[in-house]
Amino acid sequence: MTARDDGGSHATAEAVARRSYGKLVAYLAQRTRDVAAAEDALSDAFAAALADWAASGIPRQPEAWLLAVARRKATDVARRRHTSDAAAAEIRLMAEEIESNRASAPEIPDERLALMFACAHPAIEAGIRAPLILQTILGFDAATIASAFLVAPATMGQRLVRAKQKIALAGIPFRLPERIDLPERLGAVLEAIYAAFTEGWSDPAGTEARRRNLAEEGIWLGRLAASLLPEEPEALGLLALMLYADARRPARRDAQGDYVPLAEQDTAQWDADLIAEAETLLRAAGAKSTLGRYQLEAAIQSAHVVRRLTGRADWDAIEMLYGALAAVTGSPVVAINRAVAIAETRGPAAGLAALDLLKDDPQLTAYQPYWAARAGLLARTGARAEADRAYELAIGLESDPAVRRYLQRQRERPEGYRSE
Amino acid sequence: MKYMLLIYGDEAKMRAIPKEDASKMMPAYFAYTEALKKAGILLGGDRLQFTDMATTVRIREGKTNVVNGPYAEAKEQLAGYYLIDVPDMDSALSWASRCPGASAGTVEVRPLWIMQ
Repeated sequence: MTARDDGGSHATAEAVARRSYGKLVAYLAQRTRDVAAAEDALSDAFAAALADWAASGIPRQPEAWLLAVARRKATDVARRRHTSDAAAAEIRLMAEEIESNRASAPEIPDERLALMFACAHPAIEAGIRAPLILQTILGFDAATIASAFLVAPATMGQRLVRAKQKIALAGIPFRLPERIDLPERLGAVLEAIYAAFTEGWSDPAGTEARRRNLAEEGIWLGRLAASLLPEEPEALGLLALMLYADARRPARRDAQGDYVPLAEQDTAQWDADLIAEAETLLRAAGAKSTLGRYQLEAAIQSAHVVRRLTGRADWDAIEMLYGALAAVTGSPVVAINRAVAIAETRGPAAGLAALDLLKDDPQLTAYQPYWAARAGLLARTGARAEADRAYELAIGLESDPAVRRYLQRQRERPEGYRSE
Repeated sequence: MKYMLLIYGDEAKMRAIPKEDASKMMPAYFAYTEALKKAGILLGGDRLQFTDMATTVRIREGKTNVVNGPYAEAKEQLAGYYLIDVPDMDSALSWASRCPGASAGTVEVRPLWIMQ
């Protein structure tokens, strides 16, 4: 399947088909652990659905439709003694079962969560988990995923095949992990979903339809996880975090397509409905009293978007939350953000002092946001020459021309960077 | 499914342990082996002699080459194994984490190649 973006009936058909596709792959693979065979069995049915549904409308029971077509195709295939005998047999088996249960329970059980846990299993290489989920749950082809993750299509295809082989041959289970393993395993699933989202989100110019689409798919997967695990606060936290970010999407670029930092965005361009949904999710997560990385990040977003009501971000809360997040993640990137928040609550000199604590971290010497933050704070303390050198480094490290232009403008401003 | 638990450890360290302490490790292995038996999943397993007892055979271009020593020099060496039969990878991992070798060294979990 390809992620075509020609709008209209085709897009609707594709969206509906993709939802059903993941459910059917999960249902089939759960019984055999053979994801590749499940995908083989359904790929023809899926292609037929895209063509047929766009022309004659979405069937009332998309899953039953896909199953029926898959069964027909599987029979054809078996007749021709073609490849994937196992897949054909599997489809027949499933179709018979559906048939016999039709009266009582026509619903296909939703095993997508089990499939996601299999894809994000610790025995699967971390870097391939997000691509694997995108492929098995949403039916993206290797080439589409490869382009989003900036990897050669052949390489991506190979890595996906190997991961699926490992699921089958190493006996990776298709079920929810034991209670004791759940937090860590869920963490891996959420991380993979967030990786899919950020791959789409990091599209620098915001112009590449495929990658923007991937951010939407990340949100869709986040919705799925949150709806299937409504008692898991981190699942709700991740969805909230992605919705906050998505709500601000229209404000991230100005009319000329130039980068607009969060603190300078026009709040009127933020999507109020998405923010409201995110706030509701964050409250629901908070009521469950297990704090985690995604809830903290979402809470930081919440403290930023309060600016639309009060005119100022809640910097005290942001500083406190980054402190808590730094304790959870130990990430120097979080520490940079905390230093920027400290500059707002206690002045640029205090922020700079916090940033100075990080200056020996070798990870940061080639990290653009560190130098940009440093440059901004230096300029505000009046250290013009030092600020200029830091801006130069930041600009040299940035790959997105729009962000480069923004940093260049900051560099030329007499008073340097102002956050608000 | 059948899995091999391969136990790796640093032989130099193992040799350096005084005899009294080394004998203290054995009860942990006995208890673990007993637990595997009780669960009805143990197919086999043994400890191996140190790698200086190993001899390696290769045949290249018709010539047999027998060399004293292990296949590869590594920081940790294969010291023993268990062969178990459990439902899935999670179960295998959970048994591997209980193996005394997991705290002292490393346990590698490998599914067996099943002939169709």
